[in-house]
Amino acid sequence: MAYGAYVPYWRLQRSAIAAALGSGGGKGTRAVASYDEDATSMGVEAARLALRAAPAGVTVGTVLLATANPPYLDKTNASAIHAALGLPRSTVAVDAGGAVRSGVVAFGLGIHDETPVLTVLSDVRTGLPGGADERDGGDAAAALLWADHDDVIAEVVGGGFATDEFLDRWRVPGEVASHVWEERFGEQVYLPLADDAVNDALKSAGVTAGEVDHVVVCGVHGRAVRNAAKRIGARPESYAPDLGATIGNTGTAHMGVALAEVLDRAEPGELVLLLQLADGASAFVVRTTEALRTYRDRAASTVAAQIESGRDDLPYNAFLTWRGFLDREPPRRPDPEAYYGPPAHRSEAWKFAFVGSRCTECGFVHLPPNRVCSSCGAVDQMEPVPLADTKATIATYTIDRLAYSLSPPTVAAVLDFDEGGRYTCELTDVDPDAVAIGQRVELTFRRVVTAKSIHNYFWKARPIRTAGGA
Amino acid sequence: MSMGSHGIKDRVAIVGMGCTPFGEHWDKSTDDLLIDATQEAFGSVGLTKDDIDAYWLGTMGSGQAGLTLSRPLKLDYKPVTRVENFCATGSEAFRNACYAVASGAYDIVMAVGVEKLKDSGFSGLVGAVPPHDGTNVPLTAPAMFSLLAPAYREKYGVSEEEMKDVLTRIAWKNHFNGARNPRAQFRSEVPKEVICASPLVAGQLGIFDCSGVSDGSAAAIIVRAEDAAKYTDRPLYVKALSFAAGPAAGPIDPSYDYTTFTEVVRSAEDAYQQAGITDPRSQLAMAEVHDCFTPTELVLMEDLGFSARGHAWKDVLDGAFDLSGDLPVNPDGGLKSFGHPIGASGLRMLFECWLQLRGEAPPERRIATVGEGRSLGLTHNLGGAPGQCVSFVSIVGASPG
Repeated sequence: MAYGAYVPYWRLQRSAIAAALGSGGGKGTRAVASYDEDATSMGVEAARLALRAAPAGVTVGTVLLATANPPYLDKTNASAIHAALGLPRSTVAVDAGGAVRSGVVAFGLGIHDETPVLTVLSDVRTGLPGGADERDGGDAAAALLWADHDDVIAEVVGGGFATDEFLDRWRVPGEVASHVWEERFGEQVYLPLADDAVNDALKSAGVTAGEVDHVVVCGVHGRAVRNAAKRIGARPESYAPDLGATIGNTGTAHMGVALAEVLDRAEPGELVLLLQLADGASAFVVRTTEALRTYRDRAASTVAAQIESGRDDLPYNAFLTWRGFLDREPPRRPDPEAYYGPPAHRSEAWKFAFVGSRCTECGFVHLPPNRVCSSCGAVDQMEPVPLADTKATIATYTIDRLAYSLSPPTVAAVLDFDEGGRYTCELTDVDPDAVAIGQRVELTFRRVVTAKSIHNYFWKARPIRTAGGA
Repeated sequence: MSMGSHGIKDRVAIVGMGCTPFGEHWDKSTDDLLIDATQEAFGSVGLTKDDIDAYWLGTMGSGQAGLTLSRPLKLDYKPVTRVENFCATGSEAFRNACYAVASGAYDIVMAVGVEKLKDSGFSGLVGAVPPHDGTNVPLTAPAMFSLLAPAYREKYGVSEEEMKDVLTRIAWKNHFNGARNPRAQFRSEVPKEVICASPLVAGQLGIFDCSGVSDGSAAAIIVRAEDAAKYTDRPLYVKALSFAAGPAAGPIDPSYDYTTFTEVVRSAEDAYQQAGITDPRSQLAMAEVHDCFTPTELVLMEDLGFSARGHAWKDVLDGAFDLSGDLPVNPDGGLKSFGHPIGASGLRMLFECWLQLRGEAPPERRIATVGEGRSLGLTHNLGGAPGQCVSFVSIVGASPG
């Protein structure tokens, strides 16, 4: 019913890898989650884009997060997404995690539910420096909102699956990179699985490969993906462009990001065949509807626009630092502090959903929520005011070169929000030299810092990146 | 200003003071600094610890409770009140000690401030934060105060280069003064080119725009004004004490423009009212102000009424607040050059008034305004950050009335 894809701001040129290491690297760029992003925070960004474009009045009944790179284990990550979106307490939030294949829940499970289901696919992909996973991987997220609704823009009309147990790619919890078996073995196993899944999907949809308008093939095995795509036998012009050259293989997220890219440009009444190769094969046939035509007017940002709006000059040493492969000397400052459970829970709506309070006597907006009005002094005359989607203007700013950061210097600005309210936020995805009083910014959900194994999620601001402008 | 704020003008007086050198005292503990400052204060007026009826101790983080003072001094079960009010902690110890004497509760009291910052090994200040929800941007102190600079530039049409000159001029002046102060942490003049080119810390602020992180202690002995002559023929009379804790609305109120400290304006108005001052720029002989960072001193010149709004930057460039200017500001070098051991700073400011107004400052930094007949000094001590701070203003004078 709605979708959103999030491509992070930063791109690493693969040639930068070879320049630093003397080998490896390659052509093109890969998307890189910033130092303050992870699968959860990117998932929130994708979900916000999807919900912004959703028809009014839709209440999400279930949030599913699929990722092969969960920020937490033994703790649900989808609950932070649920909180950041300000969803009702009755909404279910569940992780489907561990492997790239978990992304199929986006298509396989959600659509059968009675209440709207928001499926979030998100991944941060990397490997050891100089390796293929580092080079070919990419970081991104996608969110798909499914519901039985008049405004549905695409529906799943067929599916096919093939499952097999074999060693192609694996990682033990705690390891920083995956292992892969010899490439040709995986290819030999994957190709028949792909054939089965595609055939079943096309059959259940009652269509042939030649009738398909858009084909997306993705998965964890590059060579198998390329050859499986050829074997489908669809019309040559139906194959979606390879996002690998610009953002890389975004793992669990890729099927969603690629579908979003297709929906960004598809016509109503077209058929999309999606094939994912990961520990088996999963294929879906999706048909777009007439509603897609009007949907684009309210869609927030296309995949192409996000790729276009990013920066592709991330230094390789910054990439290594952000992913934890380069342990840099910290400033002579205390270690970053972890937040505390009880105060964060008391202020859950503020911390996770950026909900302030507005005085019902005089209208003054407080960030964070206050009980006593700063303007008229009224006590406990407040109503909640969600401001995460409100744009803001920089009143003054600083560049803090002393504060601890994985990506110094810390840039912060005093922000005045369009609907009232002021708060000092850290800026991210920003060129410190380009910050100015009067600059327009929007909020983005980030993992501010990790300390004592606690991920501190909160909102930062960035120069306006989404469509619709200032 | 509150209708009920009456002040205690000329009811109490300082009769003795002590102040350690400020700096990196690797060989001295908090106890050592407290003993050194209090011994000097006792000695300055020929008293012992047993002559003091009650003590007020200010420290932000170098100890807790009155025991921080009573233990090293081996006090004989005297009342010791430990106070904390951010960087205005030392002034807060002094203020409460004065009130205790004015109330009649005690005859003779001491206010002591101390801070031992260097032992932590950190650059800059580090405060202890209560359990929190992780939603505050953990900006450093220079970053918080650097917010003033772009806002001031924007409001008054000051270019980035002009602003750099102004801030550099303030640091240069305070180093010039500190070079004439044997107790200061930094005792050498620094060329403007060096200040200007120093590595950036936050915003437009370089290393030389920041006050010194240091260890130190200072103390004052306070008695009823009518008793002062028993101890010294040159007491320093307390003319005004004012303190304001703001609602901390600046960071949440879009009407706050980051070019003023409202807390300072309010506490200064109250202090001037108490002391009967109508034109501080011409009536004061000197001012010790809280120059934690150079933009702070710039803004304070306007908040304290020394310069018209939007004109302090020109007054600074004109040298109005130099040692030889028409209102010397921070003749002892200020936080910038004397150093800023938090709990001690407010009392250190009073120590310079003690020296200058009583004619005891060394000739190389003696201010001319005292010789011209002005007898009032102002101390201003601030804690917190722009838009969310506490502010203290005192006026002291060499003669009653």
